[in-house]
Amino acid sequence: MTRLIVRRLALLVPTLFGLSILLFLWVRALPGGPAVALLGERATPESIAELNRVYGFDRPLPEQYLTYVSRMISGDFGVSIRTRRPVIEEFASRFPATLELTIFALVFAVVIGLALGYVAARHHGKVVDHASVVVSLLGVTVPVFFLAFMLKYVFAVQLGWFYTTGRQSQGLDATHYTGLYVLDGVITGEWDAAWDAFMHLVLPAIALGTIPLAIITRMTRASVIEVQGADYVRTARAKGLRSTRLRNRVVLRNAMLPVVTTIGLQVGLLLSGAVLTETVFAFPGIGSFLYESITASDYPVLQGFILVIAVIYALVNLAVDVSYGVIDPRMRAR
Amino acid sequence: MRQGIKAGVVGAAGLALVLSGCASQRGGEDPTDGGTSAAEQTFTFAASSDPASLDPAFASDGETFRVARQMFEGLVGTVPGTADPAPLLAEEWEVSDDGLEYTFSLREGVTFHDDTPFNAEAVCFNFERWNNFEGIAQSESLSYYWGKVNGGFASSENAAMDGTGKYSSCEAPDELTAVITLSSPLPELVSALSLPAFSMQSPTALQEYGADDVTGSAEAPVLPTYATEHPTGTGPFVFTSWSPGEQVVLSANPDYWGEQGQITEVVFPIISDPTARRQALEAGEIDGYDLVGPADVEALAADGFQIVDRDAFNVLYLGMNQAIPELADIRVRQAIAHAVDKEALVAATLPEGTEVATNFVPPSVLGYNDEVTTYDYDPDLARDLLAQAGVSDLTINFTYPTDVSRPYMPTPEQVFERVAADLEEVGITVESTPLPWSPDYLDRIQGGADHGLHLLGWTGDYNDTYNFVGVFFGGPSSEWGFDNPELFDALSSARVAPTVEEQTALYEDVNAQIMEFLPGVPIAHPVPSLAFRPEVRDYPASPVQDEVYNVVSIEE
Repeated sequence: MTRLIVRRLALLVPTLFGLSILLFLWVRALPGGPAVALLGERATPESIAELNRVYGFDRPLPEQYLTYVSRMISGDFGVSIRTRRPVIEEFASRFPATLELTIFALVFAVVIGLALGYVAARHHGKVVDHASVVVSLLGVTVPVFFLAFMLKYVFAVQLGWFYTTGRQSQGLDATHYTGLYVLDGVITGEWDAAWDAFMHLVLPAIALGTIPLAIITRMTRASVIEVQGADYVRTARAKGLRSTRLRNRVVLRNAMLPVVTTIGLQVGLLLSGAVLTETVFAFPGIGSFLYESITASDYPVLQGFILVIAVIYALVNLAVDVSYGVIDPRMRAR
Repeated sequence: MRQGIKAGVVGAAGLALVLSGCASQRGGEDPTDGGTSAAEQTFTFAASSDPASLDPAFASDGETFRVARQMFEGLVGTVPGTADPAPLLAEEWEVSDDGLEYTFSLREGVTFHDDTPFNAEAVCFNFERWNNFEGIAQSESLSYYWGKVNGGFASSENAAMDGTGKYSSCEAPDELTAVITLSSPLPELVSALSLPAFSMQSPTALQEYGADDVTGSAEAPVLPTYATEHPTGTGPFVFTSWSPGEQVVLSANPDYWGEQGQITEVVFPIISDPTARRQALEAGEIDGYDLVGPADVEALAADGFQIVDRDAFNVLYLGMNQAIPELADIRVRQAIAHAVDKEALVAATLPEGTEVATNFVPPSVLGYNDEVTTYDYDPDLARDLLAQAGVSDLTINFTYPTDVSRPYMPTPEQVFERVAADLEEVGITVESTPLPWSPDYLDRIQGGADHGLHLLGWTGDYNDTYNFVGVFFGGPSSEWGFDNPELFDALSSARVAPTVEEQTALYEDVNAQIMEFLPGVPIAHPVPSLAFRPEVRDYPASPVQDEVYNVVSIEE
């Protein structure tokens, strides 16, 4: 197990190196540059040239790349052109928001998805099953932004239950330690603040979690149906294994393997989905920041953020692989 | 004497009453109750992005200026609801006959938020600061307006900016008199001083928090803490907090020299998506927002929200690039001008209240000329002119931006469709080139000769004609593709005329000359709309966005 982890971590180095080259070339292949976005519609060619000189965009590409890589290795991701704050600071101040949103979206997707998929499989071919198929189809076909606007329209604008934007209400002077507002509220015992932050999270988490929910539902349903029909389950049943025990030990454990893989893959989906969801809900995480950086051609932010997200994604995948070993001992041997 | 004492006692009693009233009101606020009582005095206005900086001298964008206007004041403000300069921290000013010496008489009893007194020395400190910006602080992304208005710095690595500024010196003969001396006339100075970029900032705070220490390397400037955490002005609101990407919070300045008003807290939540802003208003999370899409205006009004219009301080035009040989022919340009039905276009695509344009400046700007040559809608005349020019079967490229909404052009695609239909009507074949606004569209229009017709516009910074026509036609450019030394000269001499009166006359001539020469067709001055929930009163809508919230009130 340790060897697996070490080997996988070592593989990360060349991956990141390749990715850094790709990212570097990609942002420089984008037409135009940040100058116009920054200086507005009446920027003169001189001022654009001046800005490019100031930010070093007029240097030869290899030189720019070397500067960029050597800075990155020393942990300096540069400064956002748009906000003029260090990229790493921008990331650090926004990441907790995205993390919290992603956790809620994932919990929503996993809990409902597993339950729905499992119930559907147990009642294979009945109404519940058909309903789950419809739900999972809708989940993957309805565009996130449409869903987000509809959720907001119905549950925030019309019914007033939840909020359309932001992470916490005005005038709520909450203390923050971790940056995960719900957790912070719980830690400090400021229950109002925790509840308020939770109410802000509900709609964006549902919007973000719907696609993963649909996929997890389908995967769980298919996997459980398959395992239910497997020979060893029939054998176990025939040998008189009681049905609850059978479900928990045999069916679920064996059905979980592909589902865990699916859940792991959803984390990547959630991070990219956060770009749209956060923008629509004005949720101050890395997603909305990335969106604004793309529209402003903010190179340092794009390079830094995407690289960090790639590392997170790689680590999550590693965690998924490790969890295989926990669920299925046969995997450990490989 | 007795009378005096009596008046004093009564006055003191009255003051005590007022104070205790305030105190009990404040005492009634319980910050932990989620704030029904706090909400009564909080004004929440959605911003579309973070401010670029909290130091307005290092900014040129509307979002920064919106926040800065609450905390800072300049020597000059604007007459409410107009772009005209009005006294603010300077109660009055005198300009010498040669246009080189400006004597400002300052308001008495004003202090900065850090208790530093506002006086003539503070004024000079600020002017000297702007003029002595160095290195990266001189770049356009930081001190754009000082560079533009003044035309240079005390010293600069960039030869065009090295000692080329018009500002010469500042003196403080007494506490409340500041004398600014220029090296050559700059009649737009007073108007320009109404920009937040020229706000008065506390010399003590500027020094304490190293406001000018833009650190980092040339590639990576980092603003000092003054510009992120310690902005210190004289305005009705003081800085509380800024959570980037989330919100900026300000609170009432208890020692404000002027009317403080009802609002005790101002919050600017950052909501970049226009639909999200609308839904936040509908859900009651914000009190108002601006740049409301024309399509949303009607729907919001129907639902009982207030729509407030700013007077238009902008122009939308159809540009004609004379690098295209056919467009170099004045008859073709006239034909196009006569072919466009501006009234119908405005009625169909622009917000209600929008005026059809005849000049390249809006009517409220000095130098606007209502006697310029106009080109009425006349398709027959347009066809004749094309025939005369020998291009009856003209095919022309028409570049327009997509996925963008500018105050002067909320829906570019719709404007393009109307104009293109009008042109087709008189026999011109339109080859459309839609491009994303940034950077493709602007690059194509301003960086190359490869375009025929295009849509663009401008919102003015302050009341000055050069800020419109000078920006467009001050010299040769790829946008227009012409060289007209006579026009360029007329513009530069108008700019340096010693007095505003002389300048106005010269600009009226320039505007007439432009419409005779017809480099493009001014189309409209669209009205930007703001939306508020019904309880908001007295929002001070201003054409130049000089909107300070101490005059706003909220009725519950």
